[in-house]
Amino acid sequence: MGKIEWAMWANEQALASGLILLTGGIVGVAGQFAGWQFAAYGVAAGVFVCLLEYPRGRRAKGTSVERTGQYCLTVCVKAFGPITRNYYVRAFLHAALCVPGGFMLATVLGCVCLGIASLIYLLAAIRGEQWLPILPKTETREKPRESIKEPPQNPPPRPPADLRRKRLEDVEGAAYVNPIPVTGSED
Amino acid sequence: MSNWIINHGLSAFILVLWMGINTFLFVYYYLFYDHGLQFLYTRHIVGSGLSWARAPAAVLNFNCMLILLPVCRNLLSLIRGNFTCCGRSLRKQLDKNLTFHKLVAYMIALMTAVHTIAHLFNMERFNNSRQGKGDELSTELSELGDEANQTFLNPIRSTSTTPTYVVFTTIAGLTGVIITLALILMITSSMEIIRRCYFEVFWYTHHLFIIFFAGLVFHGAGRIVRSVKTTDPPHNISFCEDQPANWGLIPQCPIPQFAGGFPQTWMWVIGPMVLYLCERIVRFVRYMQTVTYRKIVIRPSKVLELQLVKAGFKMEVGQYVFLNCPDISQLEWHPFTMTSAPEEDFFSVHIRVVGDWTEKLMSMVEKLPEGAQGPKIGVDGPFGTASEDVFDYEVSMLVGCGIGVTPFASILKSIWYKFKESNPTLRTRKIYFYWLCRETHAFEWFADLLQVLEREMEERGMGSFLTYKLFLTGWDQSHAAHVKVHFDKDTDVVTGLKQKTYYGRPHWDNEFTEIRNNHPTSVVGTFLCGPEALAKTLEKKCAKFSVVDPRGIKFYFNKENF
Repeated sequence: MGKIEWAMWANEQALASGLILLTGGIVGVAGQFAGWQFAAYGVAAGVFVCLLEYPRGRRAKGTSVERTGQYCLTVCVKAFGPITRNYYVRAFLHAALCVPGGFMLATVLGCVCLGIASLIYLLAAIRGEQWLPILPKTETREKPRESIKEPPQNPPPRPPADLRRKRLEDVEGAAYVNPIPVTGSED
Repeated sequence: MSNWIINHGLSAFILVLWMGINTFLFVYYYLFYDHGLQFLYTRHIVGSGLSWARAPAAVLNFNCMLILLPVCRNLLSLIRGNFTCCGRSLRKQLDKNLTFHKLVAYMIALMTAVHTIAHLFNMERFNNSRQGKGDELSTELSELGDEANQTFLNPIRSTSTTPTYVVFTTIAGLTGVIITLALILMITSSMEIIRRCYFEVFWYTHHLFIIFFAGLVFHGAGRIVRSVKTTDPPHNISFCEDQPANWGLIPQCPIPQFAGGFPQTWMWVIGPMVLYLCERIVRFVRYMQTVTYRKIVIRPSKVLELQLVKAGFKMEVGQYVFLNCPDISQLEWHPFTMTSAPEEDFFSVHIRVVGDWTEKLMSMVEKLPEGAQGPKIGVDGPFGTASEDVFDYEVSMLVGCGIGVTPFASILKSIWYKFKESNPTLRTRKIYFYWLCRETHAFEWFADLLQVLEREMEERGMGSFLTYKLFLTGWDQSHAAHVKVHFDKDTDVVTGLKQKTYYGRPHWDNEFTEIRNNHPTSVVGTFLCGPEALAKTLEKKCAKFSVVDPRGIKFYFNKENF
């Protein structure tokens, strides 16, 4: 089946959780539910998780598919270096972020989903996976290869000119074998 | 335009029908709960949240019923087999099963979101009402059920609880959370990138549907959506709603009694659940059936040909089978187009080594001694539309691109068998076959097939039955040099066929003109198995070169998704 990169699934799950947390938070704030402060937190945490998880990481083996327009966020996430590269950090970050969501009904689903994403990230971290950015390859100028199409330096090998002149008196004697075989034109 | 209607009309109709039913269910149940007098008191507490929750619930019932059906592929094959009378278009719809399954899944996800959000509001309002934060009627209604001989309206009975606690201690709430979670996990693991690269994750996680359906069936068991029940003497709702203080004190307003709605979801989903169970049993039975190897051939360029025999196996041209090899992986079933004709007493597949599974299969087969049986293999199928239309046209123009040439192996062989036996179902008198590929590696077996056919046709003096042209679109200097040097040879240097290889893409105007000149009064069927861009080109050419005069030549374009 090929090595399973758990981080790929964790990423999808975390992105979905971010959206769910965000939606639950918006509902909680808009409806002015009791404990709406947790909903407001849900909005903020949801947005943060979405931004963090939107840029997909590079696969260790095989081709990576970018999400549309992820380049800017890739650069931002890459800038944090080891904090975003390491999946242990992400696992604990998501675990910590999801806890306040559990205190209010509207955000509880986002909380559980983010918790699951955190567990999958933990599994990915244990297996030694890392987040590597998908960046366009820099074009390297190829040195122009040696051309073999230079004009020949020497004329083709022929017998001396006086031998080649057509001698009608002695056609047989004038014949010579071409060192290189020549196909005559077909009439 | 008419081509679009022929090819896509039925799909569009089914989609419109499906959306129509969804819209109808949504609107009908919304109005039912929004205007129904028996829900007036419920609506007083939760407002329009009731209707906004119940309407998507109805749509969810419908879609959860539908979602299992497109993945019962053996059932679909059965239907397709019995619908030979009903025309090709209907049978083709059954091949778009996975697309439909995904569409229904998206609808389920959307409706789940609406349903959940509506219930979030409902829970909050029920709780507020129970804690006396609503008006007099609201508080009165919520208090009903506290004393004996009273039935409750508000499912929240405690005055000091939170919506979260209520949700996790009621059947509806708990099952709701669990099945929504299962749904989310199923969807995130079905994303294209996960499915294509880590199929096992997708397949295992998707089995959460068992939890989904189990929870779904019990979701309504708590009966917490309540309505007014007729009592004797009756409670006059419109009269009594303004004077809750008088309930039980005046004759028109006895204390109202409530009851929950009868859970209906099981009625919608029980049928498909049984069908799917049968489907899995059939797959298992098929898997246990013995499949013997008639011949194993290792072809050049890492292609493996397996000729298999299975009791009771019947195929049509251009169909595919799923193969499973428990020695490699218990779970994986991989589809392969069949390359043998139905007239043969075995079926064959040509497997190209592209990934882990095929690589392991090849290495297992290479280690086998001569003439031994291969590893135990399970076969499910055949599936796919039979491309029987190929036999209906007097002149057939077959275009195969790259890997798309595989079903044509089956078709060409079948046509040849039918021609030899003078089978009356075969109306084809002339075939033009165009084979386009970047390079012939991995398809040398197909060149071999063409050689064999070429030889047989010449022996019978039917050399003009098949005209084929091979177009190598990925040639380079070394190719060109090679060809220049071997210009004089009788057979082509690349394929060994009598017909010389062309380099570059075909010039379709010339090809169509040639066919038109050769067959000025025929009906020509054009069949393509290849990329969309080429399909558009060929479609245009077919329209361009067809003649309006009914006695003249007509080109019909068929794009098959083999």
